[in-house]
Amino acid sequence: MRLSTEVRGDVTVIALEGSLDSRTAPQAQQEIEALFPEEGLVLLDLSGTTYMSSAGLRVLLLIYRRAQNGRARLALTGVPEEVHDIMAATGFLDFFTVAGSVEDGVKALTV
Amino acid sequence: MTARPAIERIDAYPTRSIGGFSVRAGRPLPFGATPVPGGVNFSVYSNNATAMTLVLYRAGEPEPMAELPFPDSYVIGGVYSMTVFDLDAEGIEYGYRAYGPFDPERGHRFDPSVVLADPYARLMSDASTGPRRSRVALDDFDWEDDSPLRLPHEDLVIYELHARGFTKSPTSGVSAPGTYAGLIEKIPYLRELGVNCVELLPIFEFDENDNPRSHPVTGEPLSNYWGYNTVAYFAPKASYASTGRYGMQADEFKNLVKQLHKAGIEVILDVVFNHTAEGNEHGPTISFKGLDNATYYMLTPDGHYYNFSGTGNTLNCNNPVVRGFVLDCLRYWASEYHIDGFRFDLAAILGRGPDGSPLWNPPLLESLAYDPVLRDCKLIAEAWDAAGLYQVGSFPNYCRWSEWNGRYRDTVRRFVKGDTGVAGDLATRMVGSPDMYGRRGTSATINFVLCHDGFTLNDLVSYNEKHNYANGEDNRDGDNNNQSWNCGHEGPTGDPEIIALRGRQMRNILMILLASQGVPMILAGDEVGRTQQGNNNAYCHDSPLTWFDWDLVERNADQLRFVQKAIRFRQAHPVLRRGPASAVSWHGVRQWTADWSEGCRVLAGMFDAGADDCVYVAANAHWEGHSLELPTPPAGTAWHLFADTSAPSPLDAHEPGAEPPLQNQSRVEVGPRSVVVLVAHRVQVDQRDNGKEE
Repeated sequence: MRLSTEVRGDVTVIALEGSLDSRTAPQAQQEIEALFPEEGLVLLDLSGTTYMSSAGLRVLLLIYRRAQNGRARLALTGVPEEVHDIMAATGFLDFFTVAGSVEDGVKALTV
Repeated sequence: MTARPAIERIDAYPTRSIGGFSVRAGRPLPFGATPVPGGVNFSVYSNNATAMTLVLYRAGEPEPMAELPFPDSYVIGGVYSMTVFDLDAEGIEYGYRAYGPFDPERGHRFDPSVVLADPYARLMSDASTGPRRSRVALDDFDWEDDSPLRLPHEDLVIYELHARGFTKSPTSGVSAPGTYAGLIEKIPYLRELGVNCVELLPIFEFDENDNPRSHPVTGEPLSNYWGYNTVAYFAPKASYASTGRYGMQADEFKNLVKQLHKAGIEVILDVVFNHTAEGNEHGPTISFKGLDNATYYMLTPDGHYYNFSGTGNTLNCNNPVVRGFVLDCLRYWASEYHIDGFRFDLAAILGRGPDGSPLWNPPLLESLAYDPVLRDCKLIAEAWDAAGLYQVGSFPNYCRWSEWNGRYRDTVRRFVKGDTGVAGDLATRMVGSPDMYGRRGTSATINFVLCHDGFTLNDLVSYNEKHNYANGEDNRDGDNNNQSWNCGHEGPTGDPEIIALRGRQMRNILMILLASQGVPMILAGDEVGRTQQGNNNAYCHDSPLTWFDWDLVERNADQLRFVQKAIRFRQAHPVLRRGPASAVSWHGVRQWTADWSEGCRVLAGMFDAGADDCVYVAANAHWEGHSLELPTPPAGTAWHLFADTSAPSPLDAHEPGAEPPLQNQSRVEVGPRSVVVLVAHRVQVDQRDNGKEE
């Protein structure tokens, strides 16, 4: 699991690469939270994730809850099809704004 | 604001190493495998075991990665518990080896060569991807503000469906056919239908391959499709989840419950506590048999299995340990899954003592009736068992349990097919069976005419005999007493008269059901005339024979529309749901003069709770039409026509609340084998002047 971050206008784009499962989840969560701004707009780019387990989805939801409790807004992009299907079937998807590309995600957050 | 970080727990560190894993003495409660800080807590009990070993696997691998014997200091009473650190909760499977005597005459069948499933396993791996083993569940689903709906019991319209079969057919058009997620996509259909409760056939993990027979024609192995053979009572069926191969069936099933609740629909689970999938002494050892056979099963004095369930074994429900297990299980589903109620398969067994004799005050049934976690859950008994204990009307109820009313089913079937001598009994059945449940109100009786076990509605009016050859038992299996009538031809026909009559008979049954006091239950698919080709025991077919055929929604749109309206009509009229029975007066060809004589096939009831809630239901099972004198509706109202099953669609049912007035207020014609339903609506003064009253 590798993280990188980039600022696009008002939006902080955090890109995840690799596998997000119960082994990598605790560290990934800590690192995402460290990169997460106190307020503002955040786009999580998952296009580089190779695998996401149940624990990985919980990391996303924790980040969402954190954003919701603070003053940040969160969207997802690059959700792999398989992950998308799992998120839809288990209801995780209902919590998120999902965009087709980083550009769309930036737009969705800044509108 | 994020939550303030908690102080780290001092038991979050191991104290020793066993089998290469860092461990410490575990917490005996809760039972099962529970994620805790730094690891997983395992707890399992057996009063008769002498030692226990925890067996850990990497998910899907054939051989264990470790075996961890429980040290003596990790045992409290009969409970073995251990916290194992640095475990990947998602990546492991587990089981137990239980040590103790193999002494069948005394009831003991310990066999440490078998790795046993945890009876409290909250997750089981999907058997299609590897061995079926216990897994650790993450239990932090985000319910938001969801809670059980607590709909008044008597207001329910229950819809009995098979969680897989409902969407498995390609005609369902859902993205994940045959799954919990697929069912979510059909919630709009359920809402349009108007039902407010789904009763799911078993969704606890079971063995779908548990069937020694094969299809007599194709030779394909038959399955156990219904699922009345539980393997793990705390685990939702993995293969019913589109995410089962990722171990996310708990989240997916919870999401189904949450979405159904959002749509105003309660969820009742069909639970099978009368027996398990382990069979008798020839059956497999999966869990209970190896953990503590003498406790979990009813045994004869010489150690053989009592078979009150017809499946080989009988769970020893009123043994104090088993009672605790059942209570733990139901509390778990009520609290962890927000389940609204339970229907207990062969529930008469739950009232038998350890030696099989019926108890007058069965502790299990009493515990469930008064349990605070279950207080708002509907408790529904199938009040009989396979060994002749028949308790419909006499099931120990504590004013809390309701019953599948088998007598309602038989009476409606007999009346509608034209039997004589049942009009009086039908009247009693239509007012909540007060002869059986008089002091308990209308929620005590679950009225049904069809259920998964038996003919579908279409087949009830299309077949005189069962046609079960495909079940591989030469048509010997299944009930012979169906009270069915084929309307003149056995099976499918092109005869338009027979087709029309069958359509009418189906509407007659559905209309009587939905106009009866008590809680109606509809078998999924009956609203669109689903067929099983005359098979009345289709437990073994996981195929288009048993799956909901969604093409019928269009093909039988008229019948569907009729049922939708009849359900809305029922919901508009409390007197049909809550009673009291004393609000109902009986009529016949002459008003206020019901004909209770042996040869009568006509019955009319006025359900009168005053001007705003008065309904007249006339049922004619005779092959000739009859003209019925109408009782006067409440002052200031006139009769309006809601339904006439002899009228061509769409005139067979009108929009509830917008029913047209009846031209002749003093008589109504009820056609051959038809049901007419009238409703009293207030009339404008000018309308009354021009009307036919007086």
